Amino acid sequence: MNPLERYEPLVDDTAAFRAACDRPLPSVVRVNTVKTDRERAVRALEQEGVTFEPVDWHDDLFRLPDRSPGTNWAYFHGWLHGQEEVSVLPGLALDPQPGERVWDACAAPGSKTTQLSAAMDDIGTVVANDNNLGRLSALRHNTERLGVTNVAVTNQDARNFSLKPFAFDAFDRALVDAPCSCEGTCRKNPDVLDEWTLHHVEQVAGIQKGILTRAVQATRPGGTVVYSTCTFAPEENEAVLDHVLEAEDCELVPFDLPLETVPGVTEWDGETYDPSVERAHRVYPHHNDTGGFFCAKLRVGGESDAEAADGETVDEEPAADEEVAA
Amino acid sequence: MSDEPTNDGHRFDRLPATAAEREVPGRATREEVVDWWAERFGVNPSLFDGYSFWEKGAGKIWIYNGDAPDGVRIEAIGMTFLRTRQEHWKPTTRAVSRFGSHATRNLVVLDDEEARRFAAGEDQEVERWDGDWGYLIAAHEIAGETEPIGVGLYLHGELRSRVPKGSREELGSLTE
Repeated sequence: MNPLERYEPLVDDTAAFRAACDRPLPSVVRVNTVKTDRERAVRALEQEGVTFEPVDWHDDLFRLPDRSPGTNWAYFHGWLHGQEEVSVLPGLALDPQPGERVWDACAAPGSKTTQLSAAMDDIGTVVANDNNLGRLSALRHNTERLGVTNVAVTNQDARNFSLKPFAFDAFDRALVDAPCSCEGTCRKNPDVLDEWTLHHVEQVAGIQKGILTRAVQATRPGGTVVYSTCTFAPEENEAVLDHVLEAEDCELVPFDLPLETVPGVTEWDGETYDPSVERAHRVYPHHNDTGGFFCAKLRVGGESDAEAADGETVDEEPAADEEVAA
Repeated sequence: MSDEPTNDGHRFDRLPATAAEREVPGRATREEVVDWWAERFGVNPSLFDGYSFWEKGAGKIWIYNGDAPDGVRIEAIGMTFLRTRQEHWKPTTRAVSRFGSHATRNLVVLDDEEARRFAAGEDQEVERWDGDWGYLIAAHEIAGETEPIGVGLYLHGELRSRVPKGSREELGSLTE
């Protein structure tokens, strides 16, 4: 069975959904603002005669229809990073600020990690964790290539992540871009559909619950946790949120994303979920001609001890960032 | 075995501020690292004010802009920056790429053809260079500014590309 069939009851236009899933995705790059800005990146691509198209919902993304994103000067200089469009969504939802302490629980290969660093102007601390040492080498390659200096890399099981190596005891924000059954990436890698099993869905859902639980625990009261996957399976999305809402002191908060999405589902396969899971966003391939995605934003319960809750300044002193502007 | 503190290859140790605070023999100090960039490349030391410097692995210096305690045992902090504990210190390609645009000396600006050869990893004669021999920053003009390409080793009229094998690329010509 093609697993996409099971999601047809959830989508508005099944034919368009299935047709979009069959079309390959173009190469997309994100401008790395740690090293350059949009204007210089555009100028470099034009000088080299590289064809590119803007992405209408995000200024720092370009589609490169003609060639691999890795073979141009702008990429060579670390001004561009190959990253699927929908993959920038959790970083936008998390909205980390310069000086904050941020945990990227499942960080490899680092596309989102380096996006978080750039959003923080490379100031503050991003702890990029992954349990897979091999994939961490890809992450390290990317942080170095993009010239990011505020990332600390750890190799732990995120479900029982220890802050012991660090001199602080909670994060301001955490991103759980969880391992999942990945049907949303079928436009890049159709094999995910052949390899899909319900058993894997059930197994990985347990891991997802464990990681999201730990992320809520490791984030300070009033802090923000974002949960994202590239699967359509409610077992790995809304059911995981439902579990953590029950088990930990946290709530789902409404938030906007800059493209067309639909709300999370409150019923699936005989199960019902907390009504607030509707505040999560489902991204279907046929709505924006992208990959599939899921993204939710949580506020950790309790009183925040500073006005640092959402986008306010925290106690880090600003560091040298002049070179970014040069 | 003596009780003298030693370099531990599994741990990130913060560089001592100055030689007076040095405990591990042979370890570069923060002052030496910043002064080296100032002397070699004319980079204003204040550029590095907010950053910390660490050693993990013999002579490998890392630059970091986040929060971590001394002696932290994790996989990486920040990025690799400089190779010390050898006669001629060598900046990393990544450090030059990130910070090299602030260089005011020992920066060789290549023309379009030279830049493409350098990025592809080729050695080439650059006889017009009349500055120092040793490690230089090779750069080119792109998008209206001078941008570092990587580390070059200049010896006897030849500029040897030190762009790491995995990063070498056959790139296109730039038009104005």
